Amino acid sequence: MTRSSADIHLGKVRVKSMHPKKFAMWLFIISVTMIFASLTSAYIVKKSEGNWALIDFPSLFNVTSVMIVLSSISIHFAYLAAKRNNLFNIRLGLTLTAVLAVAFSVGQFFSWGQLVEQEVFFVGNPAGSFIYVFTGLHVVHLVGGLIFLLVVLVNSFRYKVHSKSLAQIEMCVTYWHFLGGLWLYLYLFLILNN
Amino acid sequence: MSVADIHIGEEVHHDEHHEQSFIQKYIFSTDHKMIAKQYLISGIFWALIGGGLSIIFRLQLGFPDMSLEWLRPILGKWITSAGKLDSEFYLALVTMHGTIMVFFVLTAGLSGTFSNFLIPLQIGARDMASGFMNMLSYWLFFISSTIMFVSLFLETGPAGGGWTVYPPLSALPQAISGSGLGMTLWLVAMVFFIASTLLGGINYITTVINLRTEGMSFSRLPLTVWAFFITAVIGLLSFPVLVAAALLLVFDRSFGTSFYLSEIYIGGEALPNMGGSPILYQHLFWFLGHPEVYIVLLPALGITSEIIATNSRKPIFGYTAMIMSMLAIAFLSFIVWAHHMFVTGMNPFLGSIFMFLTLIIAVPSAVKAFNYITTLWKGNIHFTPAMLFSIGLVSFFISGGLTGIFLGNSALDINLHDTYFVVAHFHLVMGSASFFGMLAGVYHWFPKMFGRMMDEKLGYIHFWFSFVGIYLVFFPLHYVGIAGFPRRYYSWTNFDAFNSFTDLNAFVSIAAILTFSAQFVFLFNFFYSIFKGRKAPQNPWGSTTLEWTTPRIPGHGNWEGDIPKVYRWAYDYSKPGAKDDFIPQTVPYSHTPESNLPFENELAKTEDVSPVAQDAK
Ligand code: HEM
Ligand SMILES: [Cu+2]
Repeated sequence: MTRSSADIHLGKVRVKSMHPKKFAMWLFIISVTMIFASLTSAYIVKKSEGNWALIDFPSLFNVTSVMIVLSSISIHFAYLAAKRNNLFNIRLGLTLTAVLAVAFSVGQFFSWGQLVEQEVFFVGNPAGSFIYVFTGLHVVHLVGGLIFLLVVLVNSFRYKVHSKSLAQIEMCVTYWHFLGGLWLYLYLFLILNN
Repeated sequence: MSVADIHIGEEVHHDEHHEQSFIQKYIFSTDHKMIAKQYLISGIFWALIGGGLSIIFRLQLGFPDMSLEWLRPILGKWITSAGKLDSEFYLALVTMHGTIMVFFVLTAGLSGTFSNFLIPLQIGARDMASGFMNMLSYWLFFISSTIMFVSLFLETGPAGGGWTVYPPLSALPQAISGSGLGMTLWLVAMVFFIASTLLGGINYITTVINLRTEGMSFSRLPLTVWAFFITAVIGLLSFPVLVAAALLLVFDRSFGTSFYLSEIYIGGEALPNMGGSPILYQHLFWFLGHPEVYIVLLPALGITSEIIATNSRKPIFGYTAMIMSMLAIAFLSFIVWAHHMFVTGMNPFLGSIFMFLTLIIAVPSAVKAFNYITTLWKGNIHFTPAMLFSIGLVSFFISGGLTGIFLGNSALDINLHDTYFVVAHFHLVMGSASFFGMLAGVYHWFPKMFGRMMDEKLGYIHFWFSFVGIYLVFFPLHYVGIAGFPRRYYSWTNFDAFNSFTDLNAFVSIAAILTFSAQFVFLFNFFYSIFKGRKAPQNPWGSTTLEWTTPRIPGHGNWEGDIPKVYRWAYDYSKPGAKDDFIPQTVPYSHTPESNLPFENELAKTEDVSPVAQDAK
């Protein structure tokens, strides 16, 4: 029978619309969105006040953007595999995603190096500081996602991720696509506002 | 969809026979009722501290010549050698008073207590969607409280930049002692606080949407639950913005960035920071700050709706209008923030737009006020203490809301901004109104929380002293404000213009001390009644809502047998033809043919009155 996975037994309550944990995940995504929405608004407000340095964005951003898109594809691959109970492909897809995530984070770190090369430091004109904040805070959320991803990966080795048990990987995939979309938004935002 | 195997603690049993250890039951509890009580006790603790701080600075304002030597045992070096309050500590007192009251008492203490307690009980759920997250939310709040509390005892004092912690003052540790370590701890504490609020809010929203019992459609939800739900949504959208504001402030303070700082000279020396803007902080802060005032108020309004309907023995007037106005307030609260910034050099055209939007909020606010009054009108009013406090709330809401209309005028606000007029406005409409909502809630749901009744006589004494006292404190402040006296000033004796207010200020301080003292009547009543109060009947107020169908002291899981099924809305009071003057939500229409309206008779024909199916094992 249908059971909501709350912490205590809930009886036959018609679980409306959605699995509570997935629903909570969406709410979490909304709150993260609000953080970045307010930061990007702050960027616009600050920029419109003038005293704004012009900055060339690190070329590495293009590379990392491709990586994060690829990681979205690989995690989706894992998800499709989970639906078909293909254990090997679940593990393959998740591992690939984790590797890409690490590569992405490292790439973001080196892009900071490229910023430093053109003398844009974290401390200085807010135009530069904002870029560090956007990338840094995004990676922090990505690391959170990575931990979640590793939990799912471990569970896949314990035979706990399969077509009858998809909620966790579904939540992970949702969050992962969100992280990818968030980065693309940030990058596009920076490009459009420079 | 089968999801049962995803880390559900196989805690299939929630029954009372299941023995819990002391720690599980009272400390790391996942039961929403226990967590609610934890929030309540913490909130009361903080209210005492916050109130106590305000008495100290009222002494300074009311009796500037008084020797405060006798406070030295508590305040130590914050009493100067001349026996006066240290002027920087005065700022810290105001700051902590504001922070504690707005966030710790009226956000955590109010929402935390009543959302937790009432949502599952009133929607017919066995607990919150995630008891674990709920527990985590309380303990994050506890950590936050501890940090804030510790900051009170720092060598350099707690944060001193006002509860809004505007930079540059708050961003430069060298500016005042209250911008040093105290400010750092303030920020750290707020990070935990926000995390706690978000976790709590996510849980409330999820629970209301997903765990309503059969029949409990949105159009049958009690207004309390509606209010808590909307409050949680506002919190979810606005608190993350405070995270962003605080994050940039932390970077400015500790890493030397210039988000909020530009061209500042301190002690004749130029700081390196260039290109920042302190106004940016104000935008971010008030984008949270204004919704926050409604986060504080809406739960109190929800509680009031419930109590006024019950104790007028009448259906709430304009149920849908109440919901609509709450939704309108929630929406509008996000687009009026700049009315706190009229005098920051904002473009006057933009100012008039924000003025317009601000004044629109008065409409849904007035709708709510009218609906309370029309519910009371010709009601068969039972003046319980909870009812008195609710009526008091309506009074404060109206008198405080009216001054909002003055403040909302961008031209008038040039005079009134940052004066005691603003202080009077928000203490009535937000502080006192929400506080009364919280007290009303405690008096009303005490029987359900502790299985006993509070003493009514003491409740009346508490009410009248608080109600009269609050008006005596805040009404005069309007005049002080109109005369131009600025808020957050340590001393006004040096200004000739304000000397005529000496007596008035002393009067206000005396009234404040009286009002504060009256709260001890409540404290005594509260703790005494927990242990020694008269045993409560199952449904002492003759209410229709589900929480009164639980046993006198509900166990973990709330209902012993099946969870109740809901057949009607929450406001069938004094329905013509009915035997009693209330019909609980659990009574099917088919059992009440004598009082049904025609369309309800139609509904009764198709009603399925079988119980909610047994919990499967
Ligand atoms: C009729 C509706 C209202 C209007 C038009 C209104 C307008 C205003 C305006 C324009 C200010 C800024 C004054 C200044 O700083 O110069 C203000 C301050 C404030 N209002 Fe209201 N208000 C209304 C209702 C409320 C409600 C319902 C609450 C809370 C539940 C509230 C809480 C506050 C607070 C806390 C402040 C001061 C914040 C601070 O500076 O520390 N107001 N109000
Ligand atoms: Cu406001």
